[in-house]
Amino acid sequence: MSMFKVFDISGSAASAQSQRLNTVASNLANADTVAGPDGKAYKARQVVFQTELMGAGGALGADGSAGVRVTTVREDDTPGRRVHDPKHPGADADGYVTYSNVSAIEEMVNMISASRSYQNNIEVMNTAKGLLLKTLQMGQ
Amino acid sequence: MINRLTDALSFQTEALVLRSERQRLISGNIANADTPGYVARDFDFAQALREATAAAPATGADAGAGAGARRASAVLRYAAPSQTNLDGNSVDMDRERAAFADNSVKYEATLRFINGSVRTMLDAMRSHHGG
Repeated sequence: MSMFKVFDISGSAASAQSQRLNTVASNLANADTVAGPDGKAYKARQVVFQTELMGAGGALGADGSAGVRVTTVREDDTPGRRVHDPKHPGADADGYVTYSNVSAIEEMVNMISASRSYQNNIEVMNTAKGLLLKTLQMGQ
Repeated sequence: MINRLTDALSFQTEALVLRSERQRLISGNIANADTPGYVARDFDFAQALREATAAAPATGADAGAGAGARRASAVLRYAAPSQTNLDGNSVDMDRERAAFADNSVKYEATLRFINGSVRTMLDAMRSHHGG
């Protein structure tokens, strides 16, 4: 019964989206973090999605169910913004404070997109569940 | 003898299996809405059903195996992207949601057709006792 695989597919996608949401939460929490004594500030992290083939053959054939998995969590290497604030305890020798390179706007957009995709997958699972329950009552 | 009872249902059975297959494909597309490079896939339901039911030696023990092989040969097509995307993803969420809703309703309709046929047959069996 191929409909049962819908739960694997949508479940993997929901899990991947929730990891994306976790990353966004971590980024937003660290949006105003300044560099520590080592001079390195927090770097924004992004998850990278990849199609995960769940079919028996593993190829994109007739049975190639396409789930999602997170392959890597990439760190954004753009330099963080520097603010001149000599009185700040985190200021370097020139009086500059290095903040993290998190862009709050980008993260908010990312959050909304992840949340919508998560909801979509949950809805797909609910529909599949309803249809399967009705299939169980077939002939009654 | 029992074949005559099940033959009436075999068309709807094929349709139901193809519907669930399509449901799985569409949910795969929705799951990969944010995956870079993923290309949305779908198949022509009418054509697949025609192929599944046309050359059907629906009698005999190998009918089930034959149907499985025919289903496996259903051609998967790649959806033409309606809007180009920088990451190469061709999932059109509006289209997929519409196809998903459409397919769920039709799956349920097929189920009701089967239930209706079963009820008709049961009524036919019972009528002897009642009248």
